[in-house]
Amino acid sequence: MATTTVTRPAETLVSSAGRVRAKSPYPHWFYLPAAVIYGVLFIVPTIIAFYFSLTRWSIFDSKFIGLGNYRTFFQEPALVTSLWHTLIYAVVTSGLKVVLGLLLAMLLTSQILARGYLRSVVFFPVLVSTIGVGLTFTVLMNPEKGLINQSLSLIGIQGPGWLTDPSYALLSVALVDVWKGVGLATLIYIAGIVSIPQEYFEAARVDGAGAWENFRHIVLPLARPATVTVITLSLIGGLRSFDLIWAMTRGGPGFTSDVIASVIYKQYQAGFYGLSTAGNVVLFLVVTAIVLPLSRFLNRKEVEL
Amino acid sequence: MTVLTSRRPRKNLLLSFLAIVLSVIVFLVPFAFVLLTAIKDQQQASLLDFSWPHQFRLVQNFIDVVEARDYMLIIAFINSTILTVASVTLMVVFGAMVAFVLQRRRSKWNALVNALVLAGLIIPPAVVPTIWVLQKLGLFRTMPGLILVEVAFGLSFVILLFRAFIGTIPRELDEAAVIDGAGPMRLFFRVILPLLRPVIITSVVVQSVFVFNDFTNPLYFLPGDQNATVQLTLYNFASTYNTQYNLLFMNILLITIPPLVMFLFFNRQIVAGMTAGAIKG
Repeated sequence: MATTTVTRPAETLVSSAGRVRAKSPYPHWFYLPAAVIYGVLFIVPTIIAFYFSLTRWSIFDSKFIGLGNYRTFFQEPALVTSLWHTLIYAVVTSGLKVVLGLLLAMLLTSQILARGYLRSVVFFPVLVSTIGVGLTFTVLMNPEKGLINQSLSLIGIQGPGWLTDPSYALLSVALVDVWKGVGLATLIYIAGIVSIPQEYFEAARVDGAGAWENFRHIVLPLARPATVTVITLSLIGGLRSFDLIWAMTRGGPGFTSDVIASVIYKQYQAGFYGLSTAGNVVLFLVVTAIVLPLSRFLNRKEVEL
Repeated sequence: MTVLTSRRPRKNLLLSFLAIVLSVIVFLVPFAFVLLTAIKDQQQASLLDFSWPHQFRLVQNFIDVVEARDYMLIIAFINSTILTVASVTLMVVFGAMVAFVLQRRRSKWNALVNALVLAGLIIPPAVVPTIWVLQKLGLFRTMPGLILVEVAFGLSFVILLFRAFIGTIPRELDEAAVIDGAGPMRLFFRVILPLLRPVIITSVVVQSVFVFNDFTNPLYFLPGDQNATVQLTLYNFASTYNTQYNLLFMNILLITIPPLVMFLFFNRQIVAGMTAGAIKG
């Protein structure tokens, strides 16, 4: 109510200043520059992708072939597995980021020494070049000479060929993704935990609650918005992930760490633009089919609390 | 006294010790490895082990990396700087304009704009169709094309950051300016924008780091050695200098410096931007 009475005088003043119609001080054309760039380079490509995914498309021309590209995509074993790899990668990375992020945030908001140093050191990898991290860990994960397996052999463990063994490659890259990204999850959780009113912890202390009860009944439910954010963000990131995988394995060995995003790039390089775009549409559908219902579900729960 | 001490629990020394040791092993050793390998000679670097350099070749390796491929790294640094400055400037100005009207004005467009902002955060860009559009516009393989692509992909995040912040600026200020005869342009650029300083710094810093580190978009939309951005030089080095690990790691070291500087100076703003944007998104 108060706002309407306040805004009125200004608008009538403007109109009484001689204009035929009161002009809003918030003109719609402010949307225009952003809308043009965003529309032309994001919305239009997203929409025409649906058409081009139905064509055989080369540098010169495109020919409508119906669902042929999708048929290829879902029949070629190397391409179908990329779909599963994408899902595994996204679930593993976001799951680990939630668990480790929460644990680290608990640790970094508790009474320990060198908190500032620890927060910085956990967060810094988020800002570093993904390709740089990927190449560094490719060397560290070298099966014979790499630092990781060298260290493991000191305590009598023979480390696997992290990136050369088909059954480990995808998970190894996912671990590096977590190494690089857990700092952001931690940061979000810290923001969530810090915003919990101290009264809850004091009341719990009066009731004689221990660390576990604090965590289970105060932190976990009240840090829920942070959990929602971490899950949503890392799922979106994980499903679209390309550069780390490309830097570390290029989808190999064989196709064992190929994800949809790397398939899109490979098909593009090979000149199969239609197939590449079909991959893009599949990725679009996978991301929206997972993220939209999930965020709706998670956010609804939050409102009910 | 006992009440006081129990209210302020003592630092947990054992846990602190464990955490520090673990943080050194997990997070500092990889960075130390980059640093050490970057100053080794080629022979020792190719052993890939974690050891003290026999020879300190910091300066020589630096010169070698810079001179490689006709000073490609210098060109790449210039390209990356142009790309980052131009795209972040446009993104912030245009994003702030959208956020301002979106936050202030109730209209039938709001629902659509909000939906599009969210779409920009979630939907993976369609790569080849974007190249097709860029080609039609004559912008494929050009720096302006890549700049506009970065703007398009970064707008959503900026709009979210700004919208939340503009909500905290009282409307009375707008009204006073309007009464004083300010038009929309004056109102926004002279009255509102200066008040947005904190969120401008935050979004400039965060987006600069993103764009500077971006590998995928330059790879697709600005291919070619002449146009390489820093992330791509890294990639070229990795394949060219398959055995020259010292140079590869020197290169990694060099492109890690800009984000490190940003981090040292703007730690607080980065943290604010990452968490605020994240929680809204």
